[in-house]
Amino acid sequence: MSTQTSTIEELAAREYKWGFVTDIDAESVPPGLNEDIIRLISAKKQEPEFMLEWRLRAYRHWLTMKEPTWANVHYPPIDYQSIVYYSAPKSKKERPKSLDEVDPELLKTYEKLGIPLRERELLAGVAVDAVFDSVSVATTFKEKLGELGIIFCSFSEAVREHPELVRKYLGSVVPYTDNFFATLNSAVFSDGSFCYIPKGVRCPMELSTYFRINAQNTGQFERTLIIADEGAYVSYLEGCTAPMRDSNQLHAAVVELVALDNAQIKYSTVQNWYPGDKEGKGGIYNFVTKRGKCAGVNSKISWTQVETGSAITWKYPSCLLLGENSVGEFYSVALTNHYQQADTGTKMIHIGRNTRSTIVSKGISAGHGQNTYRGMVKIQKSAAGARNYSQCDSLLLGDKCGAHTFPYLEVKNTSSQVEHEASTSKIGEDQIFYCRQRGLSTEDAVGMIVNGFCKEVFRELPMEFAVEAQKLLGVSLEGSVG
Amino acid sequence: MLEIRNLHARVKEKEILKGIDLTVRTGEVHAIMGPNGSGKSTLAQVLAGRDTYVVTDGSVVFDGKNLLEMSPEDRARDGVFMAFQYPVEIPGVSNLYFLKAALNQIRKSRGLPELDAMDFLNVVKERMKLMDMDQALLNRPVNAGFSGGEKKRNEIFQMAVLEPRLAILDETDSGLDIDALKIVSRGVNALRSPERSMILVTHYQRLLNYIQPDFVHVLSEGKIVRSGGKELALEVEERGYAGLEWETADAR
Ligand SMILES: Nc1ncnc2c1ncn2[C@@H]1O[C@H](COP(=O)(O)OP(=O)(O)OP(=O)(O)O)[C@@H](O)[C@H]1O
Ligand SMILES: [Mg+2]
Repeated sequence: MSTQTSTIEELAAREYKWGFVTDIDAESVPPGLNEDIIRLISAKKQEPEFMLEWRLRAYRHWLTMKEPTWANVHYPPIDYQSIVYYSAPKSKKERPKSLDEVDPELLKTYEKLGIPLRERELLAGVAVDAVFDSVSVATTFKEKLGELGIIFCSFSEAVREHPELVRKYLGSVVPYTDNFFATLNSAVFSDGSFCYIPKGVRCPMELSTYFRINAQNTGQFERTLIIADEGAYVSYLEGCTAPMRDSNQLHAAVVELVALDNAQIKYSTVQNWYPGDKEGKGGIYNFVTKRGKCAGVNSKISWTQVETGSAITWKYPSCLLLGENSVGEFYSVALTNHYQQADTGTKMIHIGRNTRSTIVSKGISAGHGQNTYRGMVKIQKSAAGARNYSQCDSLLLGDKCGAHTFPYLEVKNTSSQVEHEASTSKIGEDQIFYCRQRGLSTEDAVGMIVNGFCKEVFRELPMEFAVEAQKLLGVSLEGSVG
Repeated sequence: MLEIRNLHARVKEKEILKGIDLTVRTGEVHAIMGPNGSGKSTLAQVLAGRDTYVVTDGSVVFDGKNLLEMSPEDRARDGVFMAFQYPVEIPGVSNLYFLKAALNQIRKSRGLPELDAMDFLNVVKERMKLMDMDQALLNRPVNAGFSGGEKKRNEIFQMAVLEPRLAILDETDSGLDIDALKIVSRGVNALRSPERSMILVTHYQRLLNYIQPDFVHVLSEGKIVRSGGKELALEVEERGYAGLEWETADAR
């Protein structure tokens, strides 16, 4: 989302966010959660009966659940009855009227990332009027994808237009009973992306939420479902590098990926939600459930993520490796600065024979940031010949931050191989001085060392995303050393 | 070019430099010798701007500017280079990438255009030959896993690429085998020029056989206790520091 990729398309898509719900803007849904609210959400979205039933089942189950406390993150209790679950966008009155009303620190960051003025307003949620011709851009993409039989639309649209696919795959990877936040999401999800790649089709472009016109207003309970049919390939990009502001503090998204025989899904995320100010006030709580199912033989799912935002991140993109010879990968950079907390990692569940998984996790902590890696590798009895390689490195900047590593390992098949490597290092004052003696500023030195540390992960990102991610880390770490 | 007057510096509570006076003019090569712990590295680091060392008195003027007020990177950009006695390892950052970033920063600060990858490689290739550097070493992370000698050679290689105006070499000769010593000396000599000054910190006369200094100073307990021509180095070699008759420092 820096200048390089700030295309008209993405601007257009974002503008649309503010245009699309005008018809319901007047409607005021009271805060709180009960069956009536869920019925209302479903009705508003003109959902078929099965969808409402599913939401209600999830809701009833949620009532029996307790919020998890095992993660190494700390936050005041969330009052679920004070949340407005119908995610109508903020009316113009509630939003800042100009950039003058926005946190100056945030504005500085936009400037450093080189985001055009116009976009800064949008990102900061300033009430501006739409001026872009968004419709034509979206149509061009849709036509191109449509020719190949690829379905790429908002989740709501998919529920209406492709109910058979939604019905078949929704909850097939993350069941509505899965965990507290995923269950809540299942009951009240607002919108998200849906993507289906038919048999043997290689999606010719990186699919990005930027290009999607309908589902911009995904709100705090986003739902994404991606299905790669036999022999299909898709690379999907989520998020953007610019810090996004949102007045909803709690975000509980669910992402489900399904890869059938010989299919491959590459899912890349750059997450940079507003982390709060330097004291940690006002940031987003990001509690996400992401899981992929390698259902078919020789299928492959790769998660690559760069997490720099949010006050609290709770996130474990995982892979269920069912198909024989299927492959799961997880490449992650998680950065915490100031008072940010991240508890993230992955689960690789080996079920099929000769399944393989790779985990590369890079945690960077600065300021008072707390970074926890939590990973589970589970090799079931059926997974003969399974292999896992995990590498888990932490980098500390300063001495007030923390890095914690919790690898869990469960091996039930003796023919499998599991390797784990871990390291913790610190950016030393002597390293910084060495760089400065060669003419580099402290910030450049830190950026260079951090980027070197993350190289293995950045390599997995699509090119333009990688460039942005590097820049982003630099900006996120400013002032953290020296 | 460089005027050090009455320089005092301490680390924590300990005073290490106790009044250094030294003048280095453009094009001159000065050797500084002295026993372990006498403050040679401290002097080098103070000149490079390391903030572990606190300057308590005195002044350092470089090209008419108050060097002590400048940040380490500004000093580097103005042409002060220090070859470290103990070069630092930077895992994950390739040697070449590091050097390119450094060179371009320095160029930028002088209003010169940045070099692209091609131009940079052309600059580097020539210097690689001069220093007999292995390409593989350049692609590896900065100093990571380098042998002691490789690190030292890498320092001089960096100097050759960055082309400083004042080079301070802190015991670049220690830990080098005889072939490496010749190569390093060749590199240093190739960079000797009427526009460039050098301060060589060394324990051994050996280096000075290859690099002929214009002046030799002996540092002891934080002070320059003797200064002279290159014959002073021979005297040190012969009689040891203890055997030298200390004279009042008469640094130029
Ligand atoms: N960071 C530091 N903390 C404590 N003492 C220090 C520090 N740096 C230097 N010193 C002390 O200052 C004195 C001078 O050290 P310096 O490294 O300048 O000596 P030197 O002349 O370079 O010695 P050598 O020939 O062994 O390299 C020594 O006694 C050393 O222990
Ligand atoms: Mg020394």
